[in-house]
Amino acid sequence: MTVETVADPAGAVPPEPELVQLLTPEGQRVPHDHYDALISDVDAVAVQQMYRDLVLTRRVDSEAVALQRQGELGLWASLLGQEAAQVGSARALRQQDHVFPTYREHGVAQCRGVDPLRLLALFRGVDQGEWDPRETGFHLYTIVVGAQTLHATGYAMGIQRDGAIGTGDPDRDAAVIAYFGDGASSQGDVNESFIWASVTNAPVVFFCQNNQWAISEPLERQTRVPLYRRAGGFGFPGVRVDGNDVLACLAVTREALQRARDGEGPTLVEAFTYRMGAHTTTDDPTRYRLNADLEHWKLKDPIERVKAYMIRSDLADQAFFDAVEAEAEELAVHLRAACRELPEPTPTSIFDNVYVEPTPDLVAQREAMAAYLDTFDVGEEESHARAGISGEVAR
Amino acid sequence: MTQTGTHAATGGQNAGASAPATLNLVKAINAGLRRSLENNDKVLVMGEDVGKLGGVFRVTDGLQKDFGEDRVIDTPLAESGIVGTAVGLALRGYRPVCEIQFDGFVMPAFDQIVSQVAKMHFRSGGRLRMPIVIRIPYGGSIGAVEHHSESPEAYFAHTPGLKVVTCSNPLDAYWMIQQAIDLDDPVVFLEPKRRYYEKAEVDVDGSPDLPLEAARVVRPGTDATVAAYGPMVKTCLDAATAATEDGRSLEVIDLRTLSPLDLTSVYESVRRTGRLVVVHEAQRTLGIGAEVAARVTEECFYSLEAPVQRVTGYDTPYPPARVEEEYLPDLDRVLDAVDRTFTF
Ligand SMILES: Cc1ncc(C[n+]2csc(CCOP(=O)(O)OP(=O)(O)O)c2C)c(N)n1
Repeated sequence: MTVETVADPAGAVPPEPELVQLLTPEGQRVPHDHYDALISDVDAVAVQQMYRDLVLTRRVDSEAVALQRQGELGLWASLLGQEAAQVGSARALRQQDHVFPTYREHGVAQCRGVDPLRLLALFRGVDQGEWDPRETGFHLYTIVVGAQTLHATGYAMGIQRDGAIGTGDPDRDAAVIAYFGDGASSQGDVNESFIWASVTNAPVVFFCQNNQWAISEPLERQTRVPLYRRAGGFGFPGVRVDGNDVLACLAVTREALQRARDGEGPTLVEAFTYRMGAHTTTDDPTRYRLNADLEHWKLKDPIERVKAYMIRSDLADQAFFDAVEAEAEELAVHLRAACRELPEPTPTSIFDNVYVEPTPDLVAQREAMAAYLDTFDVGEEESHARAGISGEVAR
Repeated sequence: MTQTGTHAATGGQNAGASAPATLNLVKAINAGLRRSLENNDKVLVMGEDVGKLGGVFRVTDGLQKDFGEDRVIDTPLAESGIVGTAVGLALRGYRPVCEIQFDGFVMPAFDQIVSQVAKMHFRSGGRLRMPIVIRIPYGGSIGAVEHHSESPEAYFAHTPGLKVVTCSNPLDAYWMIQQAIDLDDPVVFLEPKRRYYEKAEVDVDGSPDLPLEAARVVRPGTDATVAAYGPMVKTCLDAATAATEDGRSLEVIDLRTLSPLDLTSVYESVRRTGRLVVVHEAQRTLGIGAEVAARVTEECFYSLEAPVQRVTGYDTPYPPARVEEEYLPDLDRVLDAVDRTFTF
């Protein structure tokens, strides 16, 4: 008894899905009829800025992995390999745009001005992500896969209602971008968000980082057609971009965001990339994927590619690269120390913010907890003796 | 048909042996699943990452290798889909065992579970059955980020038509998973993830000594009764050991089944001890403890020397990892509650 698998529906999977690419893996600039115009303003300074973003993002990531290994973080979701998709798309945003991330958008966070220490605090377990989404336009990380795509769509519907699209005022017209993964594309929420965005013509860009894996499950477990082609069925455009090419990601996202701001509705951008590391620091990818794949994708490294381009085109000198390196090192040193010094939450802080106003019941529970914890100062020896019996840590 | 495991109960390590094996909770459930897959070719295991990876906790380790991709199915990343398709498979005569990766991720499947799975037998006038098991690693104390440490049992126990059980040790886990799979009613099967790596001897060839829906007295005692389930059973056993230092003898009962609740041994115990403490990780309000306290008050009012005490999580969302040990009931909080029952 074998479940029969259906052959690919004729023509469902084109042999070479179209991939927007402006930089080859060797750093050669490829001209493009359509997208070149979208980045015609990107000069040496802008490329340098993105290069810096990429390097700092990777450095925060590798530092966080190291901190997790040292026991300073409970967990970390590494973005290694996905820097260009994040930086390119984030640098297409304007101040008034809003971002609804998953749990891996550390590079986008950085471009939005979220202090990386706040990301470390979340993964260390001292808080649950306490940056201010209203200030940064970067909303809270979303662990439940796909949920944020609906939030993004609703937010975009709000922007639309507020008349903040299609005015032609570049400081007013706004858009929303929702990040999610290839695995998330299977969730009901994501498919519902496509429907909502489509029928309301909401100003939202769905930015899927297709890193090929949902933990151990390859893309084929989630879809039989290239993800960008899903959009057509929902009634809006989809485009696949080389996710390791920061210029292409910038160009494609700029266009999608501008469509949204102009009142032309949603776009699905599929950034075709690869997760170079483990899913998170608790995952063991050697159980399910091949080393050869990694080697193959190493050649497409998003940072090396821009660097080669910059050198090739004389966009920066060695002093620039050295300065960025030094800045990354400094950031790493700072984070290492600052992470260890993050203040521990007090136990009774768990009662804060359950409601806007504490309820009498919660006030009573807080007092009971405080009173209970006080007994440890008085009768510490006794209670620790009790705890010692089981080896369970009481406090 | 794909290759089936030749010998199974202990993942092949103990082929042919009938001696008890020492298994941790993960391996015990794995062995139970393996036996069910062997014994009944209608049994399917399905969920995210259950195949090559063997599940994020390795509970399904090696099962796909031995039973094939048709029976141990890596599903799309869609919980509503996992449970919803299980409904259809069950209607077609299969017995799906769904894995939800973590407690917090059962919510996208909540509608399918409480509106569809739970009611199908009732709605069909008994014509249709839902022999589905929904396995959920649950509870805290593993230092995780949000949505990875929750105790959602009350939502399910509140839903008629579902059975809700939870194991606290490898021996029970091994048998209970098989009993749950054999049952023609849907079962929410809660696995205490903080106890996954605790070991015990499991006689994999014997037979279960209790029906699925029965509580167990895990430590007899005379002075007060402590009722708990899942991850808190060990905490309460440790508390009982500690209580002997104070000269107190605690009876510890593992409820095991939360819906239906088996309180016969609790009533019997409270009639002897006169005191009851109920312990769970889940939030207090409208939790399992509230139900136990109400029922014991109804049944054993004249035997009670003190009001039933509850030791539970607080009525807050599950907190950040750095304060979870303060949130979770520990041995000292259990002993404090026992002390309180002696002050009346
Ligand atoms: C609703 C839900 N189900 C399961 C999980 C557990 N989980 C966390 S990440 C993940 C895989 C996500 O894959 P993908 O969407 O491709 O994003 P990636 O992690 O690869 O960036 C899973 C299954 C979850 N967080 N939420």
